[in-house]
Amino acid sequence: MTGSGATSGHGQPSAGRGWTPDEMMTVAAARRLADGAVCFVGIGLPSAACNLARLTHAPNLVLIYESGTVGTRPRVLPLSIGDGELADTATAVVPLPEIFTHYLQGGRVDVGFLGAAQVDRFGNLNSTVIGDYGAPAVRLPGAGGAPEIAAHARDVFVVMKQSPRTFVAALPFRTSVGFGDGPGDRAALGMRGRGPQAVITDFGVLTPDAAAKELTLTALYEGVSASAAVAAAGWPLRVAQRPEVIAPPSAHELEVLRDLHRRTKEAHARPVRIALP
Amino acid sequence: MPLLPLRDLIAAHVRDGQTLALEGFTHLIPFAAGHEIIRQRRRDLALVRLTPDIIYDQMIGMGCVRRLTFSWGGNPGVGSLHRLRDAVEHGWPRPLELDEHSHAGLAAAYAAGASGLPFGTLRGYGGTGLVEANPAGVRTVTCPFTGESLAAVRAVRPDVTILHAQRADREGNVLIAGIVGASREAAFAARTVLVTVERVVDTLDAPMNAVVLPSWLVAGIAVVPGGAYPSYVQGDYHRDNAFYQAWDGIARERVSFNNWMGRHVLDTPDHAAFLRSVGVAA
Repeated sequence: MTGSGATSGHGQPSAGRGWTPDEMMTVAAARRLADGAVCFVGIGLPSAACNLARLTHAPNLVLIYESGTVGTRPRVLPLSIGDGELADTATAVVPLPEIFTHYLQGGRVDVGFLGAAQVDRFGNLNSTVIGDYGAPAVRLPGAGGAPEIAAHARDVFVVMKQSPRTFVAALPFRTSVGFGDGPGDRAALGMRGRGPQAVITDFGVLTPDAAAKELTLTALYEGVSASAAVAAAGWPLRVAQRPEVIAPPSAHELEVLRDLHRRTKEAHARPVRIALP
Repeated sequence: MPLLPLRDLIAAHVRDGQTLALEGFTHLIPFAAGHEIIRQRRRDLALVRLTPDIIYDQMIGMGCVRRLTFSWGGNPGVGSLHRLRDAVEHGWPRPLELDEHSHAGLAAAYAAGASGLPFGTLRGYGGTGLVEANPAGVRTVTCPFTGESLAAVRAVRPDVTILHAQRADREGNVLIAGIVGASREAAFAARTVLVTVERVVDTLDAPMNAVVLPSWLVAGIAVVPGGAYPSYVQGDYHRDNAFYQAWDGIARERVSFNNWMGRHVLDTPDHAAFLRSVGVAA
């Protein structure tokens, strides 16, 4: 779930700067969403980013959650992918199979927004197990909608905190395909989407090299060094010659995001009472 | 279509060893039915659900389950399902076989079951570890028109599908409104369909194109107000997100889990008593 307030001590732009790594990531992810895009939203930080974008620069962003809620405009962030808030504020609520067949597989989704436990240099994702599948050290939740979102969305954005344990040289399990083992793999697998176009971390943003398809650090948050990001990757991370510097969150972005989280916290604490006949 | 007390409905239709689907996607999860299955100590069940959620975490932790067909096994927005993890990682209270899919794949498998087809097909699974992880359920098929390779998923046909819904009319027609997930497909895929409802009404007043299960599809209905709690019923009560967050601490350890299940499920005679015991109903 979307946490807040944590600082991980890897040189991220949080300490004493007036915002948390989560807030910087959320803002950086939100800014990448163009107004009017049709966005397939995962729960947690992707959901916060999409709604921040909708409440700031992209009021016409179309949010689809896999629960079947299309064009939803939640006033508070859902805890689950199928909270009533998403249905209450949706243009339409459709059966789940239709979301995956007509909307996603049919090619109607511009951006798929994913998180995962681990990523590799080609943007492949693991959210299934740590260790051997048959006898895992850690059983993770699994695929959900991710494999098909990763295959079919025109563009995929990934949001993940970076550490040598999460950005790994070899995934123990490939839940969702980024660029497979390199150039040409997506086409060979018949995937119609363009694959991961941005991985937004707590250091900056990685984008795929045009030819090699390997994730490359092309943008850093203000005050963050490329060497810190390289040290937090489990493979020799490629770095652009002159990474772009991402502007800090504006006062307006922080205000809207914090207000959203405050409303959300209040809503999630609201007690449920059931009147028995 | 008989209207029965939930205890009698479960006793009449749910047997050890069956394949059951308690569906409802976050919304309308039939918790009361799941708890009754736990109270009746059913064993060796093969459970199917896209998202096992807390209800299957409870059934797994109570030793009812030998096999799980699923596509996302977390506590939504919170983290792990600790009882599911304990069963997979440590075989407690018994080993759990997994039949693992993606949402799109399991939805297609239900749709195939509902349609009387041996398999469903989709563009999916390609290049993922799920193909190797689930050789019995996920394969490939060649399109006879284009020659393309597509994923094939074995049809899912539960012995019994159990749903929770807003209401039924006196004939037993059932209306499901709001987020419906793959409930309709899971119902039509099943040999036997059981439904719990918030209430029975004189006339259904279903909007056109609503999801309605005709009475002749449904083997039995039980009226269980609050029957989806801590999941929710659109128009009646909210999802108890605070409880979903609290479940993380309850289920993390075997002792605290067993204590909670004993106190609130095994030691309560029915769902109304459960709701009172957790302080949600007066």
